[in-house]
Amino acid sequence: MTAATQTGAAGFLARYEGLKDHLPGARKPWLNALRADAAAQFAARGFPTRRVEQWKYTDLAPLAQAGFAEPLTMVDGTIALPPALAAHRAVFVDGRFRADLSALDGLACRATGLAQQLADAEPHLGALARPDSEPLAALNTMLFEDGLFLDVPAGVDGGLLELVSVAVDPGRPFAFHPRHLLRLGAGARLTLIETAIGGGACLHNPVFEVDVAEGATLTHGRMLQEAATVFHLSTIYARIAAEGTYDNFTVAAGPRLTRNEIHAALTGPRAACHMNGAQMAAEGQHVDTTTSLDHAAPDCASRQTYKTVLAGRSRGVFQGKILVRREAQKTDGYQMNQALLLSEDAEIDSKPQLEIYADDVKCSHGATVGALDPDSLFYLRARGIPEAQAKAMLVEAFLHEAVETVTDDTLRGALTRALDAWWARQGAAA
Amino acid sequence: MPAVTETIETVQAVTDSGYKWGFETDIEMEFAPKGLNEDIVRFISAKKNEPAWLLEWRLRAFALWKTMAEPRWAAVKYPPIDYQDAYYYAAPTQKVKPKSLDEVDPELLKTYAKLGIPLREQEILAGVEGAGDTPAEGRMPIAVDAVFDSVSVATSYKDRLAKDGIIFCAISEAVQEHPELVRKYLGTVVPQGDNFFAALNSAVFTDGSFVYIPKGVRCPMELSTYFRINAKSTGQFERTLIIADEGSHVSYLEGCTAPMRDENQLHAAVVELVAMDDATIKYSTVQNWYPGDAEGKGGIYNFVTKRGACRGARSKISWTQVETGSAITWKYPSCILQGEDSVGEFYSVAITNNYQQADTGTKMFHIGPRTKSTIVSKGISAGHGQNTYRGLVRIGAKATGARNFTQCDSLLIGDLCGAHTVPYIENRCATAKVEHEATTSRIAEDQLFYCRQRGLTQEDAVGLIVNGFCREVLKELPMEFAVEAQKLLQISLEGSVG
Repeated sequence: MTAATQTGAAGFLARYEGLKDHLPGARKPWLNALRADAAAQFAARGFPTRRVEQWKYTDLAPLAQAGFAEPLTMVDGTIALPPALAAHRAVFVDGRFRADLSALDGLACRATGLAQQLADAEPHLGALARPDSEPLAALNTMLFEDGLFLDVPAGVDGGLLELVSVAVDPGRPFAFHPRHLLRLGAGARLTLIETAIGGGACLHNPVFEVDVAEGATLTHGRMLQEAATVFHLSTIYARIAAEGTYDNFTVAAGPRLTRNEIHAALTGPRAACHMNGAQMAAEGQHVDTTTSLDHAAPDCASRQTYKTVLAGRSRGVFQGKILVRREAQKTDGYQMNQALLLSEDAEIDSKPQLEIYADDVKCSHGATVGALDPDSLFYLRARGIPEAQAKAMLVEAFLHEAVETVTDDTLRGALTRALDAWWARQGAAA
Repeated sequence: MPAVTETIETVQAVTDSGYKWGFETDIEMEFAPKGLNEDIVRFISAKKNEPAWLLEWRLRAFALWKTMAEPRWAAVKYPPIDYQDAYYYAAPTQKVKPKSLDEVDPELLKTYAKLGIPLREQEILAGVEGAGDTPAEGRMPIAVDAVFDSVSVATSYKDRLAKDGIIFCAISEAVQEHPELVRKYLGTVVPQGDNFFAALNSAVFTDGSFVYIPKGVRCPMELSTYFRINAKSTGQFERTLIIADEGSHVSYLEGCTAPMRDENQLHAAVVELVAMDDATIKYSTVQNWYPGDAEGKGGIYNFVTKRGACRGARSKISWTQVETGSAITWKYPSCILQGEDSVGEFYSVAITNNYQQADTGTKMFHIGPRTKSTIVSKGISAGHGQNTYRGLVRIGAKATGARNFTQCDSLLIGDLCGAHTVPYIENRCATAKVEHEATTSRIAEDQLFYCRQRGLTQEDAVGLIVNGFCREVLKELPMEFAVEAQKLLQISLEGSVG
């Protein structure tokens, strides 16, 4: 592989040139055109630098300077999977769907690998994540091989489904770009619990296109728990029609660099979007949550609560934008981001943003940054609780607030365990 | 009653657009040739009889400016500015000191009268011999520096202030009289290459105010500068420098107006404040440049750089601004909190009506330990107005125990306007505490109904509610300005309701 010696954007473009006739759907002209368009966009824009406003606080230079290769062969041998949370799960290894590891029999909706469903995906692929939207979406479009194709028919309750993504370390830097298409018909429901694990020097660059039709509800829980060598850059594009709901809960705790970027558009009256999450970073890690909410229809509501906890020499970023268009009267938008700094070497950068063109709206945002409250610590210590335990209680209380609103017990349990596991690791490290 | 207030009441009906300062004074003026080049910079410097170091300083700024690009990140839209199609120097030509008001150019006097400056101050400002520095009866004295287009035309109460060792004069005069002070501080807060407009200002600034408050002195009266753009096709580039030495205290007011014209005029000012140990500077602005007409034609481009350095321990700089005028406002009065326990404050009301655009806010740089800052911003959008709060709170690693509180509220009147909030919070210090809140809403129907029920007209009801919305900021203004500002808010919103 000579291409692997090339780094950054040029390396990815070179591999696209080398692989384009072998990528899934290489014989479909529409997909070839889409990939070519994305390649042209990515060639023109490259990896975003800190001069780009949306990347002001997150530096991709370590990524842009490294050389990654796409995994060319299927991983053999046993794959360690996390314990099952639900009866149904779709498993992806290095971004490729593995029917042999998945359990999808009896699921009330269609869930399978995208590579096998390209014909059905044609009208939807690239509709929300256009090649010209974000450079990382372009990179994904150019090189994606597989992903979850989920289609919940109108009126169907799909129940609980797990999406497990495993990165298996081949001993050299590698990258994969799964493309997930999630579609819910009118009045459909589904709870998706996503777990990302694995290790190695890897770039995991998933793109989600989420389409929630009239009155449908998608609850999307995410646990990004890859090893501290992984770059996780995920971008979600969601479109929510009238009276539909998209709930996203993300726990980011693990990768060297996590970017959790969500673009949600409320396109019909009385649609709702909730985006909540907790992101944690310790020594040498960087976590970034960037959201953009587009209120494009009247009477919609959006709620966001994000928590950041930083230990060691780490950095946290929160950027959240709420756009209220002229026609989006009676919008109710709320956003809160709070950060807790546990170390003197941590840095938090926060940019909440409101852009409002309609007058009959109620929009607010809040941001707080600080250390653990000494008064609260003192209160607990005065009651005989040892310092470490008192700290743990306060950090837990702080983090758990982000997942309090999750109504599904299984999902809330899983998210809470992910939060607690991170804190336990900090205790072990200290 | 303050003169400015009287004017607002009496002249309100004169113009149809509601902008009462839109007159133009036909006065004999001296212009430098149109355009901008090194010769113009040299011309201005020569005209001001400046020392060589200042000319070099200007030329360096001009060289930097040529390499810079106009900032485009603000949420404002305007056609490209032709920097060569403007006069960079315009001054009233009067040479001999008049003996009485009768000899003063009547047009200049009329201007003062229209601006609401009473006769006694008019004499002082017009430089009538023997007018002395006694205030008009029954008024609290306010020392005024009036800047007409490019030059400071007069400063009142200089002698009274000099008794306390206070220097209050035009900056061009300070360059002659106190070159050591000017040289020591000029450009130390806003360097020549700070940004495009600051570089332009550094190259061609013509006048502005200079204030020095010596150690331990509490300035006995409000200091005030009155800025007026009068001539056509001119840009105004004033530069203000205020130094408060250890333990001193000063309150400074700034007001501004311009004639109504169809063309846009550029105002690119720089204000630098320096506060030493235990010093306090309070800087208040009521900005009422011509905002353009109801169709968005004309108006001032107000591209201003204002920054204060709290150099000393326990020093304090407080900015209060009421921004009602200008077609476009691009302005971020900032505080560099270097001294330990220093305090920065920013209180702002910005109104955009018709086609006005405002992109304004503040930057608070917390460098020293236990530094504190408070930001209260109230934005009101009506008509097609676009109002953006853009602010930065940066806490450095050494700012242990630093504290910031920010509140940004926006009010929307009508469905064609916009209100935006873009705060940046950057914290590198674990013991610092930062809080930010922002809300956007419109005037509640029940509030309006309550007022209407008690017999208030729709406009009065809106005025009352808007004043209530802005109360936290208006109460920070010195009394004279607070009254003027309240009226201005109401006038600025005329025609936006009902």
